[in-house]
Amino acid sequence: MTSISMTVNGKAVTADVEDRTLLVDYIRESLRLTGTHVGCDTSQCGACVVHVDGKAVKSCTMLAAAAAGSEVTTIEGVANGDLHPMQKAFNDNHGLQCGFCTPGMIMSGIDMVNRYKAEGKTLDEAAIRAELEGNICRCTGYHNIVKSISQAAGEM
Amino acid sequence: MSEGIGAPVKRKEDKRFITGAGRYTDDIKLENQAYAAFVRSPHAHANVKSIDKSAAEGMDGVLAVLDGKQLTGDGIGNIICGWAITSKDGSPMNMGAWSALATDKVRYVGDAVVAVIAETKAQAKEAAEAVVVEYEELPAAAHIDAALAGGAPQIHDNAPGNVIYDWEIGEKDPTEAAIAGAAHVTEMDITNNRLSPNAMEPRSAITKYDAAEDHYTLYTTSQNPHVARLVLSAFYAVAPEHKLRVIAPDVGGGFGSKIYIYPEEIVCLWAAMKTKRSIKWTADRTEAFLTDAHGRDHVTTAKMGFDASGNIVGFHVSTKANFGAYMSLFSSAVPTYLYATLLSGTYNIPNIYCEVLACYTNTVPIDAYRGAGRPEASYVVERMMETAAREMGKDPAELRRQNFINEFPHQTPVIMNYDSGDFEGNMNQAMEAADWAGFEARKAESAAHGKLRGIGMACYIEACGIAPSAAVGSLGAGVGLWESAEVRVNPVGTIEILTGSHSHGQGHETTFAQVVADRFGVPLDSVQIVHGDTDKVQFGMGTYGSRSGPVGMSAIVKALDKVEAKVKKIGAHLLEVTEADITIEDGQVKAQGTNKALGWHEIGLAAYTAHNLPPDMEPGLKEGAFYDPLNFTFPMGCFICEVEVDPETGKTEILKFVASDDFGVIINPMIVEGQVHGGIAQGVGQALLEEVVYDESGQQLSASYMDYTMPRADDVPSYDVLHHNTKCTTNPLGIKGCGEAGAIGSPPAVINAITNAIGNNDLSMPATPSKVWAALGAAKIAAE
Ligand code: FES
Ligand code: FES
Repeated sequence: MTSISMTVNGKAVTADVEDRTLLVDYIRESLRLTGTHVGCDTSQCGACVVHVDGKAVKSCTMLAAAAAGSEVTTIEGVANGDLHPMQKAFNDNHGLQCGFCTPGMIMSGIDMVNRYKAEGKTLDEAAIRAELEGNICRCTGYHNIVKSISQAAGEM
Repeated sequence: MSEGIGAPVKRKEDKRFITGAGRYTDDIKLENQAYAAFVRSPHAHANVKSIDKSAAEGMDGVLAVLDGKQLTGDGIGNIICGWAITSKDGSPMNMGAWSALATDKVRYVGDAVVAVIAETKAQAKEAAEAVVVEYEELPAAAHIDAALAGGAPQIHDNAPGNVIYDWEIGEKDPTEAAIAGAAHVTEMDITNNRLSPNAMEPRSAITKYDAAEDHYTLYTTSQNPHVARLVLSAFYAVAPEHKLRVIAPDVGGGFGSKIYIYPEEIVCLWAAMKTKRSIKWTADRTEAFLTDAHGRDHVTTAKMGFDASGNIVGFHVSTKANFGAYMSLFSSAVPTYLYATLLSGTYNIPNIYCEVLACYTNTVPIDAYRGAGRPEASYVVERMMETAAREMGKDPAELRRQNFINEFPHQTPVIMNYDSGDFEGNMNQAMEAADWAGFEARKAESAAHGKLRGIGMACYIEACGIAPSAAVGSLGAGVGLWESAEVRVNPVGTIEILTGSHSHGQGHETTFAQVVADRFGVPLDSVQIVHGDTDKVQFGMGTYGSRSGPVGMSAIVKALDKVEAKVKKIGAHLLEVTEADITIEDGQVKAQGTNKALGWHEIGLAAYTAHNLPPDMEPGLKEGAFYDPLNFTFPMGCFICEVEVDPETGKTEILKFVASDDFGVIINPMIVEGQVHGGIAQGVGQALLEEVVYDESGQQLSASYMDYTMPRADDVPSYDVLHHNTKCTTNPLGIKGCGEAGAIGSPPAVINAITNAIGNNDLSMPATPSKVWAALGAAKIAAE
């Protein structure tokens, strides 16, 4: 057991966790923030993406203890008041069907827009598709996810 | 903008999903909850000699270690297939016993043997590792040919030669005679590759037993909670139907794989009663690959005969279908009534004969996966048409056009009676959008930079809205395939629709509400859709086979008819006019020709206060209906795919994908297009990337996302999705259904495009770069 402290969605949290506890399990099981999902066991699907210190991370691939001292944002914490422009874009463009991949898609989408903005690069359709390599959706065929991220990129 | 039928309104359900507030089964945590883990067979085929549970039982947190002998000893029944198929010789299908926990024999890698219940998930998994099962390995048959070969290992004692059934449809002799007399015969061997459905949410179950009430609750990832309850009680004897509540909360995709009742739900319900604890089990992805029903896996030889002018005269199809190690719930219907009945495609074919040999193998059970039988049929028909056109030197579009059915209703030789359509209309629309005429110029452009460009077409037809109960009953179905709905108008005028359909991504909370808004002019927000809970909804057959529109919504319409009739009576009484003078619009009940009107809430209040109702009228405003479809519905469409193949690497890039579908009346075009996008991506996945691979010994080599190639965003193009709709004539809204079309029409369109590019018709799915490269090489050698 290790005692860890971090900030999750702006709130300070402290807990004793087993050394082997994954960040995603800590978020889902201990904090009961169940918007972050688990869709695979090989770090491929991206359903578990959260932001750790402002960067997209697959929370199934990080130990909770490794996030100690960090600022973690989950899908529950991205909106500042109403909806984040990325969340709104997914609703506007029918970017989700079953919704299971959606939190991870939104977290990855926000991250990619931020990165491209910071680097002054344009996030065109080809770039969005390439950037989505680590996020699998079985429902939408990606068409409307690409449109959603593209809309949000213009609004963020 | 209108919120009624035809409006692309944004989805009501999105809010909870985009904010992380969706409630999927694994998100739920019950009081007193323990966890289950399963000990699974590492062998494809073996006798279970002994099970030593002692070490596991002594481990920290372990509550119970349960095996198949205890399960059967407690009277839990075997898992069954619910559709009886009769062989050519009149004999019944050979269904082998499938116990939720194997007792004496395991038949595939992943077959569950022991369940461990412990306080935490980690403890359950660790204890499962400590269970010692002694196996006596047996030779395995992992593929169709191996299972049907002489001397093949016997998988179930009651299925000699591993044959489940040898079935036929159509007229054999006339078909063979027509082909014998044909001016041209096209013959092909066609394989439909084995797929894993891969809903992104893994299967999960939470069970609860209330000893005081002797009552069970199951939360589960199900497309059809009532069917689950029925089967769990009537056949598996886990709990009586009136003592079992099944809740399918938010479900993260299904694609067929969540129709079936799997061993894990059965075991967890039984274990909850035994341990008096709530129990959760959630599959990890590898477990999903090893246990979720797979799809497809057909091997077919087809012969199509044409007369001298290119008219089809006969079609002969022999298919072998892999069922895996056990017969899953609807498995038997897939390669028969959902496949062979669609072999007429969109064409006038006077003679059709199809025989299907179904067999066991030592692999995961196979059942319906998005499209279920129709993708296999469409792939056979459309590859045959394309190849025949090339062999006869005809334009593939013109060969199709010449053979199209253009009078309706049309009775095919294989049961189906198509009610409506304008096949040429869809083809023309797709060809125009794809700039079919400009292809040669684009091909030349590609050639100029060393690439091979190809164009391919598929004109699929499929059958949805499964199905008229008496008809499917006569064909062997164990259930009726109607749907039910209840409409509750509350005293304040808000409306709840309780439906037996289940939404796991399809958007019912929006589209079903649109039907109500359209009917009464009430705001969408005043309508709530309730589904997925057997304690709330009266009954339902669930969502699969694109039936929620044509069947589920028809049940709602039927219930709305009854509500409307009662509302008109109440309105006429209160407004003192005749019923014929009452109209309902904009959420108001109006007396025509006057300025008298009542708000919807006033009608609700009148119905429930019952202070002033017409004589003999019951209070309340709630109506239920069961709708049994009159026929299947027949969505069809023309898909055109254009690709560029790199001859150096064999890599295919899809440059353009056009879909023109006929879905009948569309409730919400935004949602319908989304369904088509997702279906096409799955079809492109099948055509280019996906395949479940077993080695000879029955080990699954593709049981993770590192090994099974799911389509990613950069593997698929943007799609041009168009509609050219004709109304379905057999249900009240005129809906045909749209959930599977994309996955049905796209594989042949993609493969026809690639084979066109490389000049070799001999190419199988998935058309990986190495296969395409090899086929290209073979074409070059043949040309030299
Ligand atoms: S659950 Fe983290 S990548 Fe799949
Ligand atoms: S919306 Fe279902 S997996 Fe993406």
